[in-house]
Amino acid sequence: MKNPFDNLDKVLEHRVRLQIMSVLVTNDGYEFNSLKEMLGITDGNLASHIKALEREKYLSVSKSFVDRKPNTRYKITERGKNAFKKHLDALEAVVKQQR
Amino acid sequence: MKDIPEYEKDLASIRTMMERSAKFLSLSGLSGVLAGIYALIGAGAAYYLVQYPASLFDYRTYSIREGGTVLVLIFIAIVVLAASISTGLWFSNKKAKKSGLSLWSPTTRRLIVNISIPLVTGGIFILVMLYTGHFGLAAPASLIFYGLALIQGSANTYDEIRYLGFSEIILGLISAIYPGYGLIFWALGFGVLHIVYGAIMYNKYDK
Repeated sequence: MKNPFDNLDKVLEHRVRLQIMSVLVTNDGYEFNSLKEMLGITDGNLASHIKALEREKYLSVSKSFVDRKPNTRYKITERGKNAFKKHLDALEAVVKQQR
Repeated sequence: MKDIPEYEKDLASIRTMMERSAKFLSLSGLSGVLAGIYALIGAGAAYYLVQYPASLFDYRTYSIREGGTVLVLIFIAIVVLAASISTGLWFSNKKAKKSGLSLWSPTTRRLIVNISIPLVTGGIFILVMLYTGHFGLAAPASLIFYGLALIQGSANTYDEIRYLGFSEIILGLISAIYPGYGLIFWALGFGVLHIVYGAIMYNKYDK
């Protein structure tokens, strides 16, 4: 039998990244500050993890101005959705195997 | 590679985040109970101002057209609505703060937009009915449109809201068969149902 650990996504093996993906997969776009508040982490922490996810093209970024303030919105990509789903399946398989 | 309990925590945190970001969970059961009590007080006041000393169960179509009766009823409804909304906001804000969230989030915005559509439509429809003299169906219409709004909004909050919505619609439809008894159905729908569902939600989520 194939080892379910092999199916885990290295990029997503970090709780903050998983949480970002969870929020984005349930919502049609989310902005930086709301995301920060939802996760309860610092600007720098969130930004670095978002960068990692962006590098993998798991999410797309759109910048605009709302009331003259910069507003950054993130959206999950098809690629991100598939990766998230695959990782989730692998997580479940890993946990199930150990029971 | 991490330990198995860590992976289990990963799964748990995914579930929490999905729920937290998709649903408005700061709704407080207690504010539902209070809104119900305000509605009962409002209904009592309306009864004394409009119908007393006739019995609550007497059929009447006469007095509603007299003088400022409709205006008095609209005034009472607005006071009850304002009191309920401010109580709801106050309790929800408290609950949100306790769980480290802010009341104003993308989820709240979506919830408000979703419920506004049936609420505003119903509100205008009822005003048109009152303006054109169709008083008998104003109370049923308010229950039905309120129920539709609750069902519409229930996707973004607790499941109980969905059942509350169905109950309001059923009550509204029954009430439509008995025009003239609007006040009783109104007290049941906005008073008793709010108290019942508010108490259920308080027991389930706030304790």
